[in-house]
Amino acid sequence: MASLTVRNLSKSFGNVEVLKGIDLEAETGEFVVLVGPSGCGKSTLLAMIAGLETITSGEIAIGGRVVNHVAPKDRDIAMVFQSYALYPTMTVRQNITFGMESRGVPRPVQDEAVARVSALLKIDQLLHRKPAQLSGGQRQRVAMGRALVRDPLLFLFDEPLSNLDAKLRVEMRTEIKKLYKTLGKTTIYVTHDQVEAMTLATRIAVMHQGRLQQFDEPGTVYGRPANMFVAGFMGSPAMNFLPAEVVSGEGQPMIAVAVGSGRALLPLPADTRLQPGARVVLGVRPEHLSRHDGQRAGRGTIGRIDLPVEVVEPTGAETIVVLRAGEREVIARFEPDAAPKEGEVVPLAIDMGRACLFDPDTERLI
Amino acid sequence: MASVAAYDPLATSGSWRRTQAKLLVYIPLAIFAGYYLLPFVIVILNSFRNNEEIFQNGLISLPTSFDITPWFTAWNKFCVGGTCEGIAPNFYNSLKMTIPATIISTAIGAINGYVLSKWRFRGSEFLFGAMTLGVFMPGQMVLLPWAFILGNLGLTNTIAGLVLIHTVQGISFTTLFCRNYYVNIPDDLIKAARIDGAGFWRIFNRIILPLSPPILIVTVIWQFTGIWNDFLYGVIFSSGRGQPITAALIALSANGTTVREYNIMSSAVIIGALPPLLIYFFGGRYFIRGLTQGAIK
Repeated sequence: MASLTVRNLSKSFGNVEVLKGIDLEAETGEFVVLVGPSGCGKSTLLAMIAGLETITSGEIAIGGRVVNHVAPKDRDIAMVFQSYALYPTMTVRQNITFGMESRGVPRPVQDEAVARVSALLKIDQLLHRKPAQLSGGQRQRVAMGRALVRDPLLFLFDEPLSNLDAKLRVEMRTEIKKLYKTLGKTTIYVTHDQVEAMTLATRIAVMHQGRLQQFDEPGTVYGRPANMFVAGFMGSPAMNFLPAEVVSGEGQPMIAVAVGSGRALLPLPADTRLQPGARVVLGVRPEHLSRHDGQRAGRGTIGRIDLPVEVVEPTGAETIVVLRAGEREVIARFEPDAAPKEGEVVPLAIDMGRACLFDPDTERLI
Repeated sequence: MASVAAYDPLATSGSWRRTQAKLLVYIPLAIFAGYYLLPFVIVILNSFRNNEEIFQNGLISLPTSFDITPWFTAWNKFCVGGTCEGIAPNFYNSLKMTIPATIISTAIGAINGYVLSKWRFRGSEFLFGAMTLGVFMPGQMVLLPWAFILGNLGLTNTIAGLVLIHTVQGISFTTLFCRNYYVNIPDDLIKAARIDGAGFWRIFNRIILPLSPPILIVTVIWQFTGIWNDFLYGVIFSSGRGQPITAALIALSANGTTVREYNIMSSAVIIGALPPLLIYFFGGRYFIRGLTQGAIK
């Protein structure tokens, strides 16, 4: 059963269309991440699912029931806000019980629920404190506690980690994942951070300019991005895009990429039916470039391209190398030991089996 | 050897220059403060002198006598408008007018501010603009409409009529204060409460009101002093024993039958000014704090 179904959903503020025909669904127990740059409409979509924004057209169903005109409190949802939205004059306990109090849950049931959730989130020592007396991470936990106490059909998270510092963010990300593994609750999670999306999601919905660009499992979104936007947005450093052309060479079609003065010929990935003369955009992720050592030359999917090194950026765990390909920059990831020097011309092996080809006009994956 | 002065990171010049600069600021300030305080000091001194001495030495001179009977006379014996009950009845009138009008106008302002900041609707910004227009409206403009309304309601020359006027006239200010304060309360709190199942009044009572003391103190002080000190509506819409104290003080001085009793008049003026003064003494720091503080730190 689908816990959430969004059908052909649109939203306009005056003349500005912020969401255009969104179709989305989350199976029961799924962790769906809505990701995209700011202004893509992901937070508006979440607010509409929560019932905090009206629907211009289309339909939202939660647990099989259309909720277009159902008040937020009757949608059987719980939400964690980016700002945490803890009630500042209430203690942690009152923050957690406020919803139950509003719904008239009896006192003993409330106490039991608070005990369960505070033990789960390790906030039992903080119950008597006010939000102002808590650290960022503790506030985050309380905000989650307020949502967890409800046991709803749907959890909604609106960028819950973006107010935390980098280290805490990674810790809380892991905690959210653990919590999800334990509870198995259907979750819709909004973020602009593609790493959060990759690590948490069972399915990722990439949004851009009010449209759903791709809705698939993390591996597919990363490995076979539907278009150049998704390819460029997911992954850091971003995928390299090189304009190229299909030519006939060595008895079979190959891809020609302009490199400085000349051009490099690369094998065409299998199962493409491109004819010579077709223009394409070659998309290669930085980790699919490596130093060409001659041994792998025999394999059909490895292409070779020689590029001069412009900048070398060691990060410790890996070294990012910026190379020059004509007017474009190409970014590659190296093991620190294998990293080239600045000024060196590196023979690069391109793993064409993992490269993506895009149509330069439609920007879609070929 | 010069002593080692404590290092002042803000200092831009030598110590004598700094002293000079301070004198340049504080001496004029002290002169202004004295100038403003002088009338009040004279009134206080006169309220403790006996009338013969005032006539002998003039209104403005140092006292040579001490007498506290003017205070008691002013409170409940002095004759105003034919009755000799002092200004106590008028003082009570002022209380009966000011306290309800302050409470009602502040309560309405808080609810207005809550609606106009957190439950916006089409035209709510326009409505807010129209309401704040009242802040700039001179009281004289509304005298005739109010005379008409009070007449129709049968509230002419009643305390209830004055309460009504001050409540309605005060809503502009109280709404402005509260709305601008509530605008700074994050909307996410309201959204979270709505998902939690709280409705309009529960959100107001449990979330908005507990955050409100700073602005409510400001509003109450503002309304109390404003309504207590009002003279115009009191003089126009009430008479004789029904007048609030500000209006009655004039009747006191217009009492032409006997010699002018400056000491009693002085005591009466101070009694009339006392409540707002006390409010400001005890609430002043909250007033400043409330005006400058945001809703959420």
